[in-house]
Amino acid sequence: MAKILVIAEQVDGALKKGTLSAINLAQQIAARVGGGFDVGVIGSGVDGVVSGLQGFGAGAIYKVDGGGFAHYLAEPYTVAVKALAEKSGASFVISTAGTFGKDLLPRVAAALGAGMVADCTALAGDGADLLYKRPMYAGNVIATVRAKTPKVVISVRTAEFDAASPSGGQSPVETVSVEAGGGGARFVSFDGTESERPELTEADIVVSGGRGLKDGKTFWEVMNPLADALGAAIGATRAVVDSWEEVPNDMQVGQTGKVVAPKLYVAVAISGAIQHLAGMKNSKTIVAINKDPDAPIFQIADYGLVADAFAVLPEFIQKVKAARG
Amino acid sequence: MKILVAFKRVIDPDARIKLTADKTAVDTESVEYKANPFCENALEEALRLKEEHDGEVVLVSLGGEDITQTIRAGLAMGADRAVRVEIEDKALDSDLAARIFAAVYKEEEDVDLFIFGKQAVDGDNNQVGQLTAQYLGLPQACFASEVEVDEDAGEATVTREVDGGLETLAVKLPAVITADLRLNTPRYAKLPDIMKARKKEIEELDLDDLEIEDTALKIEVVSLEEPPKRKGGEIVGSVDALVEKLKNEARAL
Repeated sequence: MAKILVIAEQVDGALKKGTLSAINLAQQIAARVGGGFDVGVIGSGVDGVVSGLQGFGAGAIYKVDGGGFAHYLAEPYTVAVKALAEKSGASFVISTAGTFGKDLLPRVAAALGAGMVADCTALAGDGADLLYKRPMYAGNVIATVRAKTPKVVISVRTAEFDAASPSGGQSPVETVSVEAGGGGARFVSFDGTESERPELTEADIVVSGGRGLKDGKTFWEVMNPLADALGAAIGATRAVVDSWEEVPNDMQVGQTGKVVAPKLYVAVAISGAIQHLAGMKNSKTIVAINKDPDAPIFQIADYGLVADAFAVLPEFIQKVKAARG
Repeated sequence: MKILVAFKRVIDPDARIKLTADKTAVDTESVEYKANPFCENALEEALRLKEEHDGEVVLVSLGGEDITQTIRAGLAMGADRAVRVEIEDKALDSDLAARIFAAVYKEEEDVDLFIFGKQAVDGDNNQVGQLTAQYLGLPQACFASEVEVDEDAGEATVTREVDGGLETLAVKLPAVITADLRLNTPRYAKLPDIMKARKKEIEELDLDDLEIEDTALKIEVVSLEEPPKRKGGEIVGSVDALVEKLKNEARAL
């Protein structure tokens, strides 16, 4: 019977939705190999996160709560995850593949002597030989990999897994005391991107703009009303965030930016470079609006409109609003 | 300052990737190789820090003799010398790569910074810098978009690109930094530097020299496949048709 530990991702006491995708993967592993999962929550003032994780069928919710964990730092968090993995008796440690998990989980793997599967998108095999799928080469190759170690650390590409559904019940909560210790890194400051829109990796609808939008100012003039009409998050290509300082880096959708798979993805004036497609091609429905009929984006778009975005967007926005009521 | 830079050769990221007939590997027949773009950012940052603080920049690359051309390209950008650890690419996973880098770090002594690219664009693992930091017990600042070093304080201040914004950390030296693309724009090598690079030292080591006995892979690639093709390509004639399809066919509105 395997034990699986899901490390919750939280920011300032708010649970990140991707954690529920990690729980989904944990449930799938439990179904294949037998066993159950626990959840670990690390931070300062995380009781709200703990209650948000009730009802998903965790065997236990372990909590490390203290001032030393107020800001995420790789070294003390590695110590905490290792302590929780030992407490739980976990042979699988799972978290999200955002910058939190990408920063933390390799250190956890080294600390546990575990192999790490990065960006897991699906499982294969069975309990006797569990296999993992993960993208390589900007998503142009899907690898099936096997972990040869008794313990495995997995980062989950959350866009590929639905959020786990609550099953009811209460999981016992246990506080685990961990010394944060020193570590050589110190938090200095955080400059958050302020937005009232849904977060890119969590949004049901994403609208993204490319270099065809002329400049940074025009980008916002075009994309804001479109996002308003659809209740969407706004993304951008690497070329846009590289060239126009009005568009912050964390809006980049692509191989080296964020990977999204919303229900609807609207690509505006985006040609469709490989590196961008890697970040959005698993969206459920893709719309492309581009004036170049040969743009590669049209090959993967469910619906393409060959048109100048500046010319057609006002009409599109107005008709979307009418259609949504 | 002494700065190590991990420097990896990858298949040209702009080329189309093909698989071998047996689907166990990427077809390397007639492919072009380049330095991993993030490794170039790492090297560029090391060179800028050297220009500001003096010292030495050492490339560390893992691979067979055929990666020498990539190493020379890094030397032409301005690295002082290089270490190549002889090992076949397929004999490596992220974990073994990190243990080799950690062993080279110990061999080199008095290193202030070990800079990696945040990921290699072939495996896309985004692990090796972090693993190396853990094996060496060093602090890390990953996904860096700005680095400043205060030698007197023995500290680097690093701005990191994280989900939701920019985070600034101070890390005590020695430390591991991984470079994001926006950290800098890598320089092009000038012709005289390319000539000079031919004479720079590339030290060759093998796993015995580094006393690495455990070469077991922790993660093994079983097979590769191409992702399912997306059935796209429908062109609609008007905004009305697009909205109608989105509403009634895709039910996406």
